Amino acid sequence: MPLIVISIIKAAVVAFVLLTALAYVQWIERKVLAHIQLRVGPYRVGPHGLLQPLADVIKLITKEGVMPSHVNKFFYLMAPFMAVALALISISVIPFGTKLEIPALGFSTPMELTDVNIGILVILAISAVGVYGVALGGWASNNKYSLLGGLRSSAQMISYELPMSLAIVSPLLIANTLSMRALAESQAGFYFGFIPKWHLFQLFPLQIIAFLIFVIAGFAETNRVPFDLPEAENELVAGFHTEYSSMGFAGFFMAEYCNMITICAVATHLFLGGWQPIFPAPYSDYVAPLIFLLAAAFLIFHSLQTLKTRTWDKYTFPAFGVIFGGLGAGLLGVVAFVPWLREAIIPLFWFVAKVFLLLFLFIWIRGTLPRFRYDQLMRFTWLFLFPVALVQLLATALVVALWN
Amino acid sequence: MDAILFLIFAAIAVGCAINLVVQTHPISSALSLIGVMLALAVLYLLLGAEFLAAAQIIVYAGAIMVLFVFVIMLLNAGAEQRVNRAQFAKFLGVPALIGFLGVVSFLIQTLMPNTKDVVFGAFRNGTAEAVGRKLFTEYLLPFEVTSLLILIAILGAVVLARKEI
Amino acid sequence: MPSAVPVSWYLILSAILFGLGVAGFLFRRNIITVFMSIELMLNAVNLSLVAFSYQHNQTDGHIFSFFVMVVAAAEAAVGLAIILTVFKNRSTLAIDDVSSLKN
Repeated sequence: MPLIVISIIKAAVVAFVLLTALAYVQWIERKVLAHIQLRVGPYRVGPHGLLQPLADVIKLITKEGVMPSHVNKFFYLMAPFMAVALALISISVIPFGTKLEIPALGFSTPMELTDVNIGILVILAISAVGVYGVALGGWASNNKYSLLGGLRSSAQMISYELPMSLAIVSPLLIANTLSMRALAESQAGFYFGFIPKWHLFQLFPLQIIAFLIFVIAGFAETNRVPFDLPEAENELVAGFHTEYSSMGFAGFFMAEYCNMITICAVATHLFLGGWQPIFPAPYSDYVAPLIFLLAAAFLIFHSLQTLKTRTWDKYTFPAFGVIFGGLGAGLLGVVAFVPWLREAIIPLFWFVAKVFLLLFLFIWIRGTLPRFRYDQLMRFTWLFLFPVALVQLLATALVVALWN
Repeated sequence: MDAILFLIFAAIAVGCAINLVVQTHPISSALSLIGVMLALAVLYLLLGAEFLAAAQIIVYAGAIMVLFVFVIMLLNAGAEQRVNRAQFAKFLGVPALIGFLGVVSFLIQTLMPNTKDVVFGAFRNGTAEAVGRKLFTEYLLPFEVTSLLILIAILGAVVLARKEI
Repeated sequence: MPSAVPVSWYLILSAILFGLGVAGFLFRRNIITVFMSIELMLNAVNLSLVAFSYQHNQTDGHIFSFFVMVVAAAEAAVGLAIILTVFKNRSTLAIDDVSSLKN
């Protein structure tokens, strides 16, 4: 097959999976937040609200898009489009796994859209340009709350870009490359046979500090709690997207979740070893089927007990238990008997698992922490985060220079 | 393929630059300038300057222009007022500009008849490694002096932006 | 149509962008737009530096453009601070109105 056909197929698959994941991250967020607050969350649309994202999409598409009469039309329409387009582009340089090789067809392709040798710079560049969506949306709405939201977000994103870039540099210094694939591959192996050689565990404790700085700055870059000042509802109504409804709102919404996934994927590649497993290879291959089988056992065990409150659980728990059990058994078969598929699926599993762990952290913090005040936010980055990142980078550079 | 890409992005760059000059609202001009910068970044990639292309987007489009947009939004600057001189400029300035550009193009074509053809991937000295090696060996002193310049700029900006002046 | 363009085309593009920058610098009356025209000229010069770098197969042109970017960043910080101060004192952005040395 020519390269362009393979590329188009891969792009279509990645786009489909990414957009579905976007919708379901939103479902996971609502569920997790609800359980943190001892609620049930979406429950009516489909079993356990699983069709809620679909319903939301239909609602957002069919809703009337109200365009206020006082807006700057061109920029008002362009801003959400820009936000979502830029957010979706950055996934193109992130690899998801090693490679897919089908020996029967003599077919082999790396599991990524493209690998450029300035990969991490491309991510930085796209996230830097991503500010314009929010800033322009706020400005074009011609509304003082939106304008304040846009101003806040541009100031915030410029300020947090600095510690974020500094935190990114230290793993690059250790790995000596800018390509995402080479970064993930450089973290293979184990110290003493059991501590993985992820950047997080190298040069203790410098890289842990770098990871924390990166994650904190990531929260600010994606406008998430506790740094969601651009859309603080008790001060600014809804911030930069006050005047947006229907697809405009959906654009900003998708951009936020897509940026979140990108930040988590980049953090995984930079610090958490990409698709490198947490245990040495022969054992780690069985973790994925084990997790599914454990989930199946848990669900079936619960379904056997009498549940009084939620009537539907009687049917949904065993059904999901059987589905998870089937998936686990299938994975077990693949791991044991189909080596070419195992080579593709197990790295993919580890990568996705790490990304979702970080996404869970984002949601957990949203359910836990209150919002910063705006001056606290600025003081925090300039007087604390930035100096710490600078000292951390200097120490890392010194150690790397002395080591070689 | 190289020629088509060059023509597309050159057209985008020139179109955005013209838009920058003719738009009256500063925010339209700022966005046109961002368009020029992004098109130029693609042209840098074609010329093999991959590090510079990334730096162009991060520094120019991502930092400097965000600052511009921020200031325009902060001052809430409206569209520019028309002044009488605009007519004079239109009648004399545009032909002068076109004539000047024609002369420059003619000179470039005649004085440099045998320049290389630009082929994507032919120039390999634009990687981050090559640029870094050059920057930290041959150009180390200018690099350090630049850091001093940035320090002075920070101080200047802080002093100027203070409340009482 | 040729499959590749010569370096001189890049230089002509650079000249066109520089000319447009000069035009914007001379014709516009808004101080921020004038400032942006200067940035356009700097970008045009950067393009010609990179094109020459390709012609001579050397990295030095890239280094020069890199320095131009750094200086442009410093200039933008100071220049925009000056614009903010001017706007605070005179509440106008038209360069024709900022002609007297005393208020």
